[in-house]
Amino acid sequence: MTAYLRALAAEWTKFRTMRGWVAAVMIAAALIVGLGLLPGLQGSCGKHGPGSECVAPVGPGGEEVTDSLTFVHQALTGDGSVTVRLTGLTGELPGEPGKPRSGLVPWAKAGLIVRGATTQGATYAAVMMTGSHGVRLQYDFVHDVAGRPGGVSADAPRWLRLTRSGDTLTAAESTDGTAWTTVGSARLSGLPATVEAGLFVTSPQHTEEVDVGLGSGAMGGPSHATGVFDRLALAGGWQGDAWKTDVIGAQVEHGGGAGGPGGAPDAPVAGGSVGPAAGRVSGAEREGDTFRLTGSGDLAPSIPGAAGVGVTITSTLVGTFAGLIVVVVLGAVFVTAEYRRGLIRTTFAAAPHRVRLLAAKATVVGGVTFVAGLVAAAVVVSLGQDVLRDNGVYLHPASTATEVRVVVGTAALLAVAAVLALAFGTVLRLGVTAITTAVVVIVMPYVLAMTVLPTAAGQWLLRVSPAAAFALQQASPAYPQVANIYTPANGYFPLAPWAGLAVLAAWAAVAFAAAAVVLRKRDA
Amino acid sequence: MIDIVRAEWTKLRTSPGTLALLVGVIVATVGVSAAASACSGTGCDADLPKLGLTGVQLGQAVVAILGVLVIGHEYGTGMVRVTLTAMPRRLHVLAAKAAVLAAVVAVAAVPAVAGAVAVSQLMLPDHNVVLRPAVGSVLYLVLVALLALGTATAFRSAAAAIGTILAVLYALPIVLAVVTDEEWRDRLRRMGPSTAGLAVQATTADAVTGPWKGLGVLALWALGALLVGAVLLHRRDA
Repeated sequence: MTAYLRALAAEWTKFRTMRGWVAAVMIAAALIVGLGLLPGLQGSCGKHGPGSECVAPVGPGGEEVTDSLTFVHQALTGDGSVTVRLTGLTGELPGEPGKPRSGLVPWAKAGLIVRGATTQGATYAAVMMTGSHGVRLQYDFVHDVAGRPGGVSADAPRWLRLTRSGDTLTAAESTDGTAWTTVGSARLSGLPATVEAGLFVTSPQHTEEVDVGLGSGAMGGPSHATGVFDRLALAGGWQGDAWKTDVIGAQVEHGGGAGGPGGAPDAPVAGGSVGPAAGRVSGAEREGDTFRLTGSGDLAPSIPGAAGVGVTITSTLVGTFAGLIVVVVLGAVFVTAEYRRGLIRTTFAAAPHRVRLLAAKATVVGGVTFVAGLVAAAVVVSLGQDVLRDNGVYLHPASTATEVRVVVGTAALLAVAAVLALAFGTVLRLGVTAITTAVVVIVMPYVLAMTVLPTAAGQWLLRVSPAAAFALQQASPAYPQVANIYTPANGYFPLAPWAGLAVLAAWAAVAFAAAAVVLRKRDA
Repeated sequence: MIDIVRAEWTKLRTSPGTLALLVGVIVATVGVSAAASACSGTGCDADLPKLGLTGVQLGQAVVAILGVLVIGHEYGTGMVRVTLTAMPRRLHVLAAKAAVLAAVVAVAAVPAVAGAVAVSQLMLPDHNVVLRPAVGSVLYLVLVALLALGTATAFRSAAAAIGTILAVLYALPIVLAVVTDEEWRDRLRRMGPSTAGLAVQATTADAVTGPWKGLGVLALWALGALLVGAVLLHRRDA
């Protein structure tokens, strides 16, 4: 142990007294902070006087949500149920101005809903037919239970039923109105005695991936869906009022159109838009017992990305890869410089236990880059948020736990990458080859995935290459029930954060073991 | 001058790593192009000739190593002092190195790019071979090598030079991916050596910069690096 500490002290002295290496650490930190604070992103939040601040509704779980729908409802006190037959679900996608195309987005929704209130962000449970994901029970924005697949038409209608019993809502569906299948049930704590319940239709933002010069971008806009309902039947404590129509969350269209790969960091377009290009307009009509509802928007967590709004704290860390290049060069040179000058022979003469020496080197270079990365990431994540907000960019707030994971994760990414580069340097001995190998293996997969590669190839690279550890920087979860373009450029990585770090750590462990073996076997 | 070129050619020819690096250029370019051509689905069919030349993204790294090593290795071993004693006209030495390097890289880049085109032609039969992106890619690789040579001459250290080159080549595309301000994105794309230079591969309309204009930007970068290297080589101790 004391021998290891002596080796550690010797390596620390070597590192500390090389002006270029200390400068490299400073440069890496400066790149991470500097690139993060560059005024690259611009938005319009709060830039147009009072009322233009971007505020998203907050759901029951405290998360930001999108809550826009066309809602035909009346009050229900206590227990009760509502049953309806859905005979049609059609939609309209954004197209050329004035010429919308017909078509249904996969997560267009039409069905029954029970809400705690008509205000945005209220607790709810809903059973619905979707555009192409069959019957679903969804509640409180983030929960999604799959029912049977299938579509709906006049020839193949679908019955839906939602039953309240205390705090529990049970969803059922049927293809003939007699044989019922339970989809699932949801417990909504804090549901008031009197709730608003009835029919709803909504249709999320339509996005398609397009190739724009370097990398892929996204374009799209609001879509509309129309659901046709009949045979509405009520049971239980209904108040017997007339049906009321509300278009919740209706907003004038802000954005849409082509957005860059970074998404549209603009005002939250909460959906429910009445765009000038839209042939259909949100609202409801009633003919006898038939209700025809048209809606636009979504009932879902509000997320960043091409189909969502704003950015996350991940955007403040764009400089990481630049700092990573410097750190990787440093890690490789920390050992190849000794080979270049022949110092390695002196080092081995003084400390003959070669693997212990390699461990000491790894500790020094890993420790130094971890501390530098920690400071740089902490500074840029806290200051960068202010810069983005001052520029009018809508920034999704991150929980403290997420912020800590992103900051510590960035530091860990840099430290483990430095150790990996050190191992490459030990095996290859020649500085140029080691640096290039390290940059190509560690940094280039990230660069390629972020820019030129098609999404599938890029995601594969970010699963298997050391760059998988960039997953530590993901600040917003991906939801399967929200259609979005979940690409690295939008801040979504294919692996879970710590799984990503594990991939990098595995690379480092294998390379370190190889370095230890060749170091013992070879002449210096 | 012809003697200096012959001396540089002998040095490059007999260096143990040269052949491996040249083979590496070909393997990297063809291999990554083949991997990219295996893609199917949305976004893949936008610009097939460009997709088939994706391997240049990796090939340029190998070319940069070669460019850096041509002079960086001499500084590493102290050989540069022998070279400059034998051939005191330093600018002629740099010019000879540039000429030999450009020729050697071109010789490796032609089969690399041709192989990439052939492979993507086999895997994506509905794409037409377009001459300009292929010829432009060969010139791109030559210019990257010269940029690396100039940088290494200025830095006198192979390690620092290769780190800088790779940062310059790969940093800008990432910065661009997160800059959503259109004006800044266009400005940076027009100025970056790799982003502007690779515009020569685009066969779909590129509003930001023209293909040859983009390659011209990279040529300016290479020329600038060589000039800085030449001035420093002329004025400084080796």
